[in-house]
Amino acid sequence: MRTTGRPTGFFHDLFLRNFSSKLAVTPMVLTVLVIFIGCTAWTVTYSFTNSRLLPSLDFIGFDQYVRLFKDSRWQTSVRNIAIYGVFSLTFTMVVGFLLAVLMDQKIRFESVFRTVYLYPFALSFIVTGLVWQWIMNPAFGLQESVRNLGWAGFTFDWLTNRNMVIGALLIAGIWQGTGFVMVLLLAGLRSVDEEVWKAARVDGIPTWRTYISIIIPMMRGTFVTTFVIVGSGIVRLYDLVVALTGGGPGISSEVPTKYVFNYMFGAGNIGQGLAASTVMLLTVLIILIPWAFYEFRPRRDR
Amino acid sequence: MKKFAAAALAAALMCGTAMATDLEVTHWWVSGGEAAAVAELAKAFDAEGDHWVDGAIAGSGSTANPIIISRILGGNPMGATQMNTGRDAEELIQAGLMQDLSEVATAEHWADVIRPASVFAPCQVDGKVYCVPVNIHSNNWLWLNRHVFLDNGLEVPTTWDQFVDSFPALKDKGIIPLSMGPAWTVTHAWNQIFVDIAGPEVQQEIYRDKSVDAVRSDDFKAALQAFADVRDSFDPATQTGLWNEATNLVITGQAAGNIMGDWAQGEFAVAGKVAGEDYDCLPGLGVRELVDTGGDSFYFPKNEDPEITAAQLRLAKLLLSPDVQVAFNLKKGSTPVRGDVDTSTANACMQKALKLFADPTKVLPASESQLTSDTQQQIEDLISEFFSDHSITVDDAQNRFADIIASAQ
Repeated sequence: MRTTGRPTGFFHDLFLRNFSSKLAVTPMVLTVLVIFIGCTAWTVTYSFTNSRLLPSLDFIGFDQYVRLFKDSRWQTSVRNIAIYGVFSLTFTMVVGFLLAVLMDQKIRFESVFRTVYLYPFALSFIVTGLVWQWIMNPAFGLQESVRNLGWAGFTFDWLTNRNMVIGALLIAGIWQGTGFVMVLLLAGLRSVDEEVWKAARVDGIPTWRTYISIIIPMMRGTFVTTFVIVGSGIVRLYDLVVALTGGGPGISSEVPTKYVFNYMFGAGNIGQGLAASTVMLLTVLIILIPWAFYEFRPRRDR
Repeated sequence: MKKFAAAALAAALMCGTAMATDLEVTHWWVSGGEAAAVAELAKAFDAEGDHWVDGAIAGSGSTANPIIISRILGGNPMGATQMNTGRDAEELIQAGLMQDLSEVATAEHWADVIRPASVFAPCQVDGKVYCVPVNIHSNNWLWLNRHVFLDNGLEVPTTWDQFVDSFPALKDKGIIPLSMGPAWTVTHAWNQIFVDIAGPEVQQEIYRDKSVDAVRSDDFKAALQAFADVRDSFDPATQTGLWNEATNLVITGQAAGNIMGDWAQGEFAVAGKVAGEDYDCLPGLGVRELVDTGGDSFYFPKNEDPEITAAQLRLAKLLLSPDVQVAFNLKKGSTPVRGDVDTSTANACMQKALKLFADPTKVLPASESQLTSDTQQQIEDLISEFFSDHSITVDDAQNRFADIIASAQ
């Protein structure tokens, strides 16, 4: 590259070549190094210590993890998030997609419907939680209203029933999330070229078949995005539980994030809280890494 | 607009005073009665020439405590703060983050005027004084609606056993025997049943000495059994979201009894109920004549500014002055920590408590400060689960409690 008349060399290659783009990317690199990698390393390191209210470097091996997995509240939390995750992911994706398909039929007042469905998402989980807490409260909510209408045997006590309380969380979570999934998938449907539909129609392929065999595979990217957004929302589930059930009755609707928060801040046991968050991180990685290998594997066929 | 102008003028005048130091005070007293009590402290402090900057944090202590601790740890300390007395505070003291108040304490003879001694004990670490107790609250009370019993042809219980025996009859009449509020009130009820049924000696062996054998004793099992009996007669649909709602069920006659601290008295007073006529209060739940002495304390985080340090010491002194003690506690519904002030205005329930405070054998040691909040949280988790899940037997709960105590520090 002598012809350009600029100096070359190691220093130049490392820092000055494409200087402006390197400068632009620096904040992001620092964020990744310090916040993601640095803080994660800190978290994992201190999860092996006996840190209480203040962090300390008094290493105690796997004791925090042993205690964590023996803890009945943690076991309940993990079970709850698994149930909540499977049901809410399946339901919001399936129903969200069906709604998007219906919305895509060039109906009248589409924007009105779209707004109505998206409204719940504009509310914070705290508001959602409080509203559903009133609706589902057995003493003055739905159950009492129906009973007052004359149906005395009607029972809807999910909020106070330890076996069903996870259902109450699901109702509120799904009510809030489905409209959002619908809007995302609707955008995906709209991005499919009209020509594809015309070609399918010419070939005489039934509409349902077109959706399953052509449209859905074409929307792969949109589905992955939606999946990641909904999935990360599930892992972070915290405020809905706090507002709707407070983890009760008893500990029957506890979730991992609430465990981490309680032990780190309320109970002054940083080591225990960090051990729990490390386990959460590992779980996410266990799901994510095989998927990433699959997604980014070298493809010879293309 | 006028108000604003007046406030601006007041602020301008305040800046003009040479002595005046702004001192931010954080606390979580936000309900009507509590706010009125805080206003008394602020008024007295401002009258001395300083300025009380109110830093109320909405929510209960469990919300506010983490905020307060993280501010102190984060190097942004407030001038003074209400804080849960206990092991968290102890850790902050050991880390050298709290102002030593020994000088004021000695000059003002705190050790002599504060009674009972157990109220002052948690403030003393290694012979130095780090906090100011401002009031005494006792947790250990059973509140009963007399009319509920009399109207249904039942005798008003005077002991715990009589009360439990009346459960089936009460349920037949559609009355909630014992009302419960949010999770913390369930743990609160357990703590009272525990100390009253198992006895304070067993409680101390467990909390102070961390004795696993004491957990496995029959006395402790009896307490768990008593709690299980309450659980078995309890309908979760009647559980309320706030503690005062549970107390109100008793006031309105929908429930017969409620286990709650003496602050419940405020609710009865607001409803115009008279102790001994409309309601009864049984210290020690009617099991034994016992009263505990919890309460609120103020801490003073270390500060770099010497002016603030001086103002902190002035406030510390003021909080325990007789006039402030009376004015504050009358509004708060609690008992002054000084034995040498006038308490003749207290009602029948409070008089019972005062009589018990005078007898050291009837005062429970402060147990809250003997367990770390970590262990307290584990116990709360266990008790919450036990109370809502009928499949956990008393033996299971006893074993798990033993595990918690075995690992407690």
